[in-house]
Amino acid sequence: MTLIYQLIQETYVPATVLLMVALGGMFAERSGVTNIALEGIMILGGFVGIGTLALIEGLGIPPQLLLIIVMLVSALFGALYSMLHAYASIQLKANQIISATALNLFAPAFAIYVARLIQGGGSQISFVTRFRIPEVPLLSQIPIIGELFFTRVFLSFYIVILLFFIARYILNKTQFGLRINAMGENPQAADALGVNIYKYRFIAVMISGALAGMGGTIFVISSSTEYAATVAGFGFLAIALLIFGNWKPTYVLFGALFFGFLRILGSSYSVIPVLRDLDLDREFYVMLPYVFTLIILAFFSKNSRAPKALGQVYDQGKR
Amino acid sequence: MKKQIKQFFNIAKPSFIAIAIGLFMGFLVMLAFNPAQSIPAFIQLLLGGLNQGSTGIGNTLYGAAPIILTGLAVAFAFKTGLFNIGASGQMMIGAYVSIHIGVLWDLPAGIHVFVALLGGIFGGVLWGLVIGLLKALRNVNEVVTSIMMNYIAANLLIILIKNNIYNTDAARSKSILETAILPSLGLFPNSTANIGFGIALLVAILTHILVHKTTLGFELRATGFSKDAAMYAGMNTKKNITVSFAIAGGFAGLAGSVAYLVAGKTISIAYTIFVEGFDGISVALLGLGEPIGALFAGLFLSHLRQGGFYMQIYGFVPQVVDIIVSVIIYVSAISAVIPKLLKLFKKKKSEVQS
Repeated sequence: MTLIYQLIQETYVPATVLLMVALGGMFAERSGVTNIALEGIMILGGFVGIGTLALIEGLGIPPQLLLIIVMLVSALFGALYSMLHAYASIQLKANQIISATALNLFAPAFAIYVARLIQGGGSQISFVTRFRIPEVPLLSQIPIIGELFFTRVFLSFYIVILLFFIARYILNKTQFGLRINAMGENPQAADALGVNIYKYRFIAVMISGALAGMGGTIFVISSSTEYAATVAGFGFLAIALLIFGNWKPTYVLFGALFFGFLRILGSSYSVIPVLRDLDLDREFYVMLPYVFTLIILAFFSKNSRAPKALGQVYDQGKR
Repeated sequence: MKKQIKQFFNIAKPSFIAIAIGLFMGFLVMLAFNPAQSIPAFIQLLLGGLNQGSTGIGNTLYGAAPIILTGLAVAFAFKTGLFNIGASGQMMIGAYVSIHIGVLWDLPAGIHVFVALLGGIFGGVLWGLVIGLLKALRNVNEVVTSIMMNYIAANLLIILIKNNIYNTDAARSKSILETAILPSLGLFPNSTANIGFGIALLVAILTHILVHKTTLGFELRATGFSKDAAMYAGMNTKKNITVSFAIAGGFAGLAGSVAYLVAGKTISIAYTIFVEGFDGISVALLGLGEPIGALFAGLFLSHLRQGGFYMQIYGFVPQVVDIIVSVIIYVSAISAVIPKLLKLFKKKKSEVQS
């Protein structure tokens, strides 16, 4: 039983990151802008976040407050960085895939370059603070629920749950969200109603940038002790998750948990008796989430309904 | 002839402007962090392969071959309106099949290397085919599939090496037999240049003919331009998408063969995704999605990479090259605005004069 609880607690770690980035991507994609730059934004957000952490962790700020500060910093820089993509693809009507590719290429190169020059040697940035909360007081004593939700957990887990409900509310119930949906389906109609397409899309991409930036920092903090200019393809996985979840928050949530579980098999298969007896290479388990993504996409893509105007440049002159 | 040169210049002008802006930004980044060394280092970067005379040129050609081929893999799929971000995966599988044949099969000299090359192409075709089929039959987004296939290839590569051609002492693949090594180009002494560049050159020209002068090429381009119109004209767009990705995969697979059928070159079992595949994206974009463009862009990028390597003596990391390339790509993405900006600039100038 302890093993099952442990696996569930571990599953939350990658699932948190995936859900956060996918929620961000949802805003951009629902407004009609593909953002495959999520990967690069995560890498840059993680760089700024962990860099800040390495600078200020000696000041004696309590770990959980430190986490919030670092997350906010990386969100800010993620949003700023994503503006490059927004500006090119919305304002200048550039090909969205190409401008995003440039962002993906720039982020790791820049991170390694700056880290090496500042540290004068290795390109990894290490930090010593550990953010995992062993037990939430009182709540962790509740049977079952305490084990499932309040033991060995990261603060980011609660933040992402909060963000999930906020995002769902905004997208489905507010004027802002409904307008975003409208311009992803039929920007001409939304424009005719007087909605400023450029402005809303810009904001949507910035939201995706902010969440991806935070996601990058959380990825490093919760799965490593140093920043190495990579997020293991989580930005791309988040986009796969959107397709898999049909651009709906609730499906994406379950998708994130599913992927998260597959992901931790790579690191914990040796403690699961059934899998250990199979005697397969470790790489086999590392490969699993990607294989499953393909299989699931093969089954779901036929019926999935992407926002109609996704990836198309909106030109007011063509209305 | 003069007209043609002018025409070429007009097509390539935005690229040259983008390259100039990219190099300038790269220089600024270098200047910001180490002003004293930045100028000699930047000169070293610009000189690239020319630093070391014929050896350097040979090495530039050697480095250009695989990235021209992955560039073709990306550019070719582009022609059918598909974004092949999975050249890395296709290349990895191609490289594996080539090395597998090079290590384990015992064939006469001359035939062996040829079979190994074919094997590499076959591996790449297979890997590209999966992406193409999923796109054509199940409408799965090829960008996501490509990336998943990259990660699968990276892990599969380790499993395959460990189980088939593992050199336990070095934690790498075994060395290929002498008969499977690509012959040297011979023109540049003391360099690693082999006939790989010749292969890349030939393939680029053939691809140009395939894309622009054949019925298949026309159908692929038509599918890329408007899938619905192509379908209405009676073309089998599903077939075209599949074929396009299979051929693109073949190019990337060949890149793997060319890069690894080299004396002393083995694959480590440390987890990596081949960078040549991502370089291929840069090469294809820089080359404006044209096969001949990819040829020049591949040479240019390889030249810069050589420069980035020599630049290290001044304390700069080779990642500067990636920064420059990303700026170049970003600027070319917004290149539609560049002519407008230039016009605006000229207008303002003339306004000032008048």
